[in-house]
Amino acid sequence: MTIKVQAEDFDVGAELVALTDGDHGVGGLCSFVGLVRDMAGTEPIGAMTLEHYPGMTEKALVEIEAEACERWPLSSTLIIHRYGRLEPGDRIVLVAAASAHRGAAFEACEFLIDWLKTKAPFWKLEETADGEAAWVEARDSDDDAAQRWNSNG
Amino acid sequence: MKLLYFAWVREKTGIGEETITMPEGVTTVEDLVSWMITRGGGFEAAFADKSTVRVAVNQEYAKIDWPVTDDDEIAFFPPVTGG
Repeated sequence: MTIKVQAEDFDVGAELVALTDGDHGVGGLCSFVGLVRDMAGTEPIGAMTLEHYPGMTEKALVEIEAEACERWPLSSTLIIHRYGRLEPGDRIVLVAAASAHRGAAFEACEFLIDWLKTKAPFWKLEETADGEAAWVEARDSDDDAAQRWNSNG
Repeated sequence: MKLLYFAWVREKTGIGEETITMPEGVTTVEDLVSWMITRGGGFEAAFADKSTVRVAVNQEYAKIDWPVTDDDEIAFFPPVTGG
């Protein structure tokens, strides 16, 4: 179970290799990478700044991982989330879940990112190409995505 | 008590962090939010629509009726948008 909250970029390949290295009980590893898009709706985006709540962020991510491990038989999980100023194409987040079988790995991976999006204290400030900045508003669709894990669970 | 503000709540209040003595008459999260509004200016603006502000007490999401004490770390922020 690994949590990293950092400004710097990460190497997806190296992180995934390290996650299951030496664990031959793992039959499936599922990962999700979130990237900065170049558009917000119809508006071109120049950059994005991610703010977070140091301390609570790590605590929330540990709780989300623990919840995933309660629900699925996981060998290992990983959450890396960046903060600071990012540009279109930059990686924001990597979540991954490893299990003996693919079903648990797929579901747990989706659960991790859905819960992270609605529970971990991060906020996105988007800058348009001409330098106007606006805080991204939380979306109902993200709440719905997180909520379905309650109704199914 | 230590108070923290994030994202647009921080921008409206004009500060990221402050330490205050718990105001008289405040015992719950709701009392504290009501007191914030009485401070006027940027604080009044930040808490004008209470439904848009989330509260954490000691780094846990808190409901409006949660108790608060002078030893707590209390944070105010908008709904989260990471990932």
